[in-house]
Amino acid sequence: MRNHQGMEVSFAAAEAVRLCNVDVVAAYPITPQTHIVERLSKYVADGKMDAEFVPVESEHSALSLCIGSSAVGARSFTCTSSQGLALMNEIVYLVPALRLPIVMILANRSLSGPLSIWNDHSDVMSVRDTGWIQLFAENGQEVFDHVMIAYKIAENENVLLPVIINMDGFILSHMFEPIELTGQEAVNTYLPSYRPRFILHPDRPVTMGAYTMPTLFTEAKKAQEEALLASYPYILQAWKDWGTLCGRVYHPVETYYTEGAETLFVTMGSIGETAGEAVRLLREQGQKAGLVKLRLWRPFPLEDFLREIGSAQRLIVIDRALSPGGPGGGPVAGEIRAALYNRENRPQVFNFIAGLGGREVTVGSFQEMFVSSVSGKASGYQIFGVRG
Amino acid sequence: MQEIRFHGRGGQGAVTSAEFLAQAAIMEGKYARAFPSFGAERRGAPVTAYCRISRKPIYLRSVIENPNIVVVLDSSLFRSFDVASGLSEDGILIINSTNDPASFTAKGSRRVVTVDASRIALDLLKLPVTNTVLLGALVRAADIISMDSLAMAIKHRFNEEMALHNILALERAFQEAAFAPGWQPLLEESAMREGGGI
Amino acid sequence: MPKADFEYLWDELEPGCVITEPGNSRSFYTGDWRAFSPVLEKESCIKCGTCWIFCPDMAYQKNEKGYYIADLNYCKGCGICAAECPTGAIHMEKEKEI
Repeated sequence: MRNHQGMEVSFAAAEAVRLCNVDVVAAYPITPQTHIVERLSKYVADGKMDAEFVPVESEHSALSLCIGSSAVGARSFTCTSSQGLALMNEIVYLVPALRLPIVMILANRSLSGPLSIWNDHSDVMSVRDTGWIQLFAENGQEVFDHVMIAYKIAENENVLLPVIINMDGFILSHMFEPIELTGQEAVNTYLPSYRPRFILHPDRPVTMGAYTMPTLFTEAKKAQEEALLASYPYILQAWKDWGTLCGRVYHPVETYYTEGAETLFVTMGSIGETAGEAVRLLREQGQKAGLVKLRLWRPFPLEDFLREIGSAQRLIVIDRALSPGGPGGGPVAGEIRAALYNRENRPQVFNFIAGLGGREVTVGSFQEMFVSSVSGKASGYQIFGVRG
Repeated sequence: MQEIRFHGRGGQGAVTSAEFLAQAAIMEGKYARAFPSFGAERRGAPVTAYCRISRKPIYLRSVIENPNIVVVLDSSLFRSFDVASGLSEDGILIINSTNDPASFTAKGSRRVVTVDASRIALDLLKLPVTNTVLLGALVRAADIISMDSLAMAIKHRFNEEMALHNILALERAFQEAAFAPGWQPLLEESAMREGGGI
Repeated sequence: MPKADFEYLWDELEPGCVITEPGNSRSFYTGDWRAFSPVLEKESCIKCGTCWIFCPDMAYQKNEKGYYIADLNYCKGCGICAAECPTGAIHMEKEKEI
């Protein structure tokens, strides 16, 4: 703990953006992302960060501006949350299609209505199919580290895709905790200047964002999909290099007590820590419980996931968003069920929609889910802890 | 692990208190987390803040239901809230009040500390912000953090002049803290502590 | 454009479908669905260039004698030149059926 500093996670995130020598920040403040934007704006105003800070009039403009700045070769950053992401939505699709390496922190918050400022994953699930690389951070350290890692991935000439770093609103964004900061020199070594493949420049004119006829659109989407899938080894490489630099090693699927586990929780984001505590206690009670945490959400690390779940009999998938009227619970469980469908000896999948709109998910919650799944009381999916 | 819960009103500094405490603990090489009761912030509205301190890594992010220590920045909160909720009998209750600590022992704990933090704050900080003040009483009452680390945390955040006044307030509260009968840590003992109780 | 869009395979596209060949709209003949063509009466033309200014497709070009002539590969037959011509030197004629 010698090198750790106590700080709010949002401030650590802003510090990471500063360390990345970002050229352009365009963002609109929205709870619970506000502290990141405020801090960046202060850095620029105080001359601590050589960047253009653009206080745009909406999130739609924020990302539009980042498209422009990224297209001329500037390292660009934005961050938002919930309704802000919804307002930005139209532009969110354009960025991966244009292959622009913008990094966005998403302080996850539920989408209204009813109006709520608290945490769940309904916002990020609304952009699931936009083509961004999507990562989930479990604690403040991971948020900090992943800003550097995200740019490293995004700007790799073999990737050139935008990255969303998901951090749970309030639960992470407003948490004051110890964080080990990385020095400027180390960051510079890890993250060299962005060398764009194409830029908008009058001396070498190119066209970006041209329209396509039905004769080409399919090929364009196929190329985009292949690019996202092909990013996978470079994501691993970026994590590996970061591990070499800082000693903190990340994987697309993290595991805890999976060896010999019959029942595995599957989580994304900060509840992974809470689930881990529950699993530790269950193990102490002699239960064969384990935990699988998805750090990489897009591209979905299917092979890693299948390897890590091994021969577990049961998966308890926690969704932090509901897919209303869908065939089976939350978006994460739906995907996992689909991925397992054609496999022999597939595990049973139980799905709990938990922690909607800031509802607490405690160690006890996981223990309850475990009991009701193992005893066979749970089936299909259920909204955990709902009254009535 | 020590779990500390702060009750105050928007603007009094409950969140800052929790952060100072966590900062001081981290500076001592311990693990700590601090966070507010998340919500729409507004001046005067009841605010709860939480702090966990441990020698081992902390994985919990949920609100503290069974605190070891409760700090009340505004005694008017007793009227609308069960601020001592979940506090065990040997838990410590630190209250900003001019009243005798014995008058609060019915709230769930025998170990009550009161200090007139508002007066100290107005005297030294010229503002009714009682956050750092009550931390002075906390250092006296509980063996979780040293005065030096808290002073360091305050210097880390505030400019020199503000830090100086806040540290003076901290020390004044340390001296003036009044204890419920049958329980009174000695001044010298408290001052010598290095947070060994965690 | 080296080849037509429908000839491209997905892995032949540049990242982000960037078009690296500037000004390639020239190779798209947009005049082939025109219903009316502008016809210039040179006797009335004062070579003022109003048609050249107003043409939304930049189809007009000045020839060596100073007249502005519409390039029918790009002219869509909108008739703005005829409407704007200060001396009425341009009129629109229906395209001949093939």
